[in-house]
Amino acid sequence: MASIAVQREAFDAAAATAALTDGRTDVGAVVTFTGLCRDEAGTLDALEIEHYPGMAEAEIARVAADAEARWPLLGVQIIHRYGTILPGEQIVLVVTASAHRDAAFAAADFLMDYMKTRAPFWKREHRRDGPTGDWVEAKDKDAAAAARWL
Amino acid sequence: MRAIYFAWVRERIGKAEEELDLPADVLTVADLMAWLSRKDEGYAHAFDTSSTIRAALDHVHAKPNAPLAGVREIAFFPPMTGG
Repeated sequence: MASIAVQREAFDAAAATAALTDGRTDVGAVVTFTGLCRDEAGTLDALEIEHYPGMAEAEIARVAADAEARWPLLGVQIIHRYGTILPGEQIVLVVTASAHRDAAFAAADFLMDYMKTRAPFWKREHRRDGPTGDWVEAKDKDAAAAARWL
Repeated sequence: MRAIYFAWVRERIGKAEEELDLPADVLTVADLMAWLSRKDEGYAHAFDTSSTIRAALDHVHAKPNAPLAGVREIAFFPPMTGG
């Protein structure tokens, strides 16, 4: 049921939402989350996002299937970009549709927590003031956020 | 078996992928990390924080004790930072 895309190109969140709802009358709630690239107080030139082709799609599909097993969802759309992302540009989109808002909110929250800790993507910062920066380290708070769904 | 490396694991090893001909006593993910670490300094540097390195077998996350029998592709990478 979930629609999943891993792509270099920018996406249209409104179009993705419409794809889940157009022609339907059973959807009562749509939650849309868009993750954007911050400029880190003006210090960041760009984020470089590396991914594992094949596994990235497969792992996001497994995460989406987990969400669909936990909540009564009527649609899920996930898009994750890779490549060079500039401050202000989109990185990730999660759209969940359900009859009621509680399931749509919870599923979107769960999907982001699980994507951050399970989907094979890695970020590297390109800083304005110097050479290519370091790979971003995984954060304990992301692991803790994912653990609360266990 | 094909081995592929991502992010700083790839940079430390110095290559993105390679074909591995495993000795008979390399049976698990942990065995493979130990065996690769003995090849040269790059591998040793990549795996010296082996508790933080993640592995996937044929596109599925795997623990260090996971068996390698029948696996076509193993990947090593740092903890994920997407989203």
